[in-house]
Amino acid sequence: MVPTLFGRIQTRLFLLATVGVIVTLIIVPFLPGTSGPIGDLYATGFMVLVSVAVLGVIWEFIYHFLMQFRWEKDWPTLFGLLTFINEGLLLFFLLRTGILDSIADAPPAGAFWTHFIVVWLCVWLVANGPMRVPFIRWRFRGGRVL
Amino acid sequence: MATPHVPAAAGDLTPELLGTPEWTDQMVAAAGIPMHDIPFLTAGGGIGSFVTVDYLRIYGVPTSHIRVVSNIDYPWQTYEFLTRCSQIPRPERIRSDSSSRPDNIWGFPSYALEEAWKEKNPRYLWNVLTEPLLNDYWTPRAGTVFENLEREAKRIGYWDMLVKGQVRMVRKRVGGGYFTVVTPPEGTAPTKRIVFRSRFVHLAVGYPGLKFLPDLQEFRQKYGDYQHVVNAYEPHEQVYEFLKTRPGTVVIRGGGIVASRVLQRLFDDREKYNLQTQIVHIFRTFITGSHGPHIWMRRKGGDGWAYQGFNYPKSVWGGQLKAEMRKLEGAARAQKYKDMGGTNTPKRRRWQEQMAQGRAGGYYHAFQGVVEKVEPAPDGRLVSHVRSKDGTIRQPVADYIIDCTGLEADIAEHRVFADLLQYSGAYRNPVGRLEVERHFEVKNTASGDGALYASGSATLGGYFPGVDTFLGLQVAAQEIADDLARRGFCRKMGPVRSTTQWFKWAFNSPV
Ligand SMILES: Cc1cc2nc3c(=O)[nH]c(=O)nc-3n(C[C@H](O)[C@H](O)[C@H](O)COP(=O)(O)OP(=O)(O)OC[C@H]3O[C@@H](n4cnc5c(N)ncnc54)[C@H](O)[C@@H]3O)c2cc1C
Repeated sequence: MVPTLFGRIQTRLFLLATVGVIVTLIIVPFLPGTSGPIGDLYATGFMVLVSVAVLGVIWEFIYHFLMQFRWEKDWPTLFGLLTFINEGLLLFFLLRTGILDSIADAPPAGAFWTHFIVVWLCVWLVANGPMRVPFIRWRFRGGRVL
Repeated sequence: MATPHVPAAAGDLTPELLGTPEWTDQMVAAAGIPMHDIPFLTAGGGIGSFVTVDYLRIYGVPTSHIRVVSNIDYPWQTYEFLTRCSQIPRPERIRSDSSSRPDNIWGFPSYALEEAWKEKNPRYLWNVLTEPLLNDYWTPRAGTVFENLEREAKRIGYWDMLVKGQVRMVRKRVGGGYFTVVTPPEGTAPTKRIVFRSRFVHLAVGYPGLKFLPDLQEFRQKYGDYQHVVNAYEPHEQVYEFLKTRPGTVVIRGGGIVASRVLQRLFDDREKYNLQTQIVHIFRTFITGSHGPHIWMRRKGGDGWAYQGFNYPKSVWGGQLKAEMRKLEGAARAQKYKDMGGTNTPKRRRWQEQMAQGRAGGYYHAFQGVVEKVEPAPDGRLVSHVRSKDGTIRQPVADYIIDCTGLEADIAEHRVFADLLQYSGAYRNPVGRLEVERHFEVKNTASGDGALYASGSATLGGYFPGVDTFLGLQVAAQEIADDLARRGFCRKMGPVRSTTQWFKWAFNSPV
């Protein structure tokens, strides 16, 4: 799929709300270095997920801008994978600052990275193939789901 | 299909029919042409017809409602012929990417996944992961494409829908729908023509014809020599065979992928058989580096070529350029085509190596020039008179000239389009081809509750640019199938049904 700006944003939100939620539900109890009531762990897990979505919308504007330098106006598969680095680092440091502490506790580093990378990989894998199975128009519409 | 109405007379086109834009059932019956009813007919029977029919079958249309009228026996026949001539036999890799799969409307699993699985070769996956950054685009073998098309054709009952014949014309029917006049192969029908009466017709007749460079055309006609001046899309093995027997010089014209392929063949043969072949390569437009109007629109290039993975920038098949073009009309659309158009070829590592060796070894000479004329030399070889922009005149002498400049003739060269333009209200788009809607209905040709669609190279210049490719033909097919669903001809395709159908595809069970 070669994205348009709205397609990027929609695909990200859609996949985080589906694949991301399922993965989070499964993985949170097993994250390393976490303790406390399961409800709190899930609160933290979903806070991370929502942050990836919200910050992601801003990131998508940046990616879209960078894409304009490319003649083909495409976004190679590898970029979609490697952008976990910049996004992960930014979010990790934001959580360290404690700005989201009023919502839920920031996760320990091991838990954060495990959760973040597993979600990222699953979303990326689904976006690079299986997504086309139920949504036959998605790839021709720049990633728009609606 | 209803039983044909019994013919009364000769069964050929009459002057009355020829001269009347819209026909009645009585007129056709009076001419004695047998008439068959079929709700949906697609003319052509190549890749474009195939992917359209594939969509419709998967959307739920039974084979009894569809006919494919074609002069070929299997959908990839013309494509295979053209690719083989232009030096892509079955084991070679084609141009389009891993998820352009005309046998699979979902494009999943991609060809790379399939070949990696079958050949237990994870390198293909590494390739698609890192393309086009660390690697050339991964593209499937021609053979992989054909084998899968055959499997899918069997699965959807393609041959139950195929009718052999030459489509002569499509005319509107008074009361709605269309008549498609077909000339069946000799001896297969009692009359010279048969007619199909349909509510929907789809035209996918491919390229209107082979086009030659004018100076080469003139040479061929004047000297009656069709052996030494050839088009890359014609069979031209004699060139390579000759070069194996003695050292020779070949002139290549053109800067597209076909020129790249022909060069590769010449370089490969040179290496394999230890030949002395000299290659003179004439580019009309010689590109020396990145080019384009501004920093947001700059394509890579060099050594004469414009470099691009596919025949259009990748985002025309679904990204930004597709979305932008969809909104443009008239001159703005034509300009956009111009901005992103132009002959180009992929920058493949193997090709770059071979050309570099050729330049270093003094047997590959590329330059800019316009050929003014071609004449026979006293020894029977061919002299090209070439003038370059800087005024230099060159007169390379060669044993063979291979025209690799493309094959698109004007749409009116095709009888069916000529008739359509003259009688059915169809008109040309800003780049001179057939103007179609966003859903590929030919503009201004509606007839009652019927619709006439077209896809493929004839529709280049429309709201969607990538038409003449597997993926483009599938984009068109999807638009057409969705339009037919809106008109109640078939069911809409939602996520659940799509997924169920995908499993059927995966297990190779009938739709
Ligand atoms: C050398 C070459 C390589 C290409 N490589 C690629 C690639 O790698 N990837 C890609 O995506 N695209 C590629 N293309 C472009 C394009 O996808 C193919 O050409 C494709 O076959 C086009 O499909 P089509 O249905 O429009 O035409 P075709 O497949 O040519 O089918 C049209 C058919 O209609 C028949 N026909 C014409 N007139 C009539 C009539 N009056 N009655 C009955 N039948 C008629 C013709 O005989 C022809 O068989 C390539 C094209 C060429 C020439």
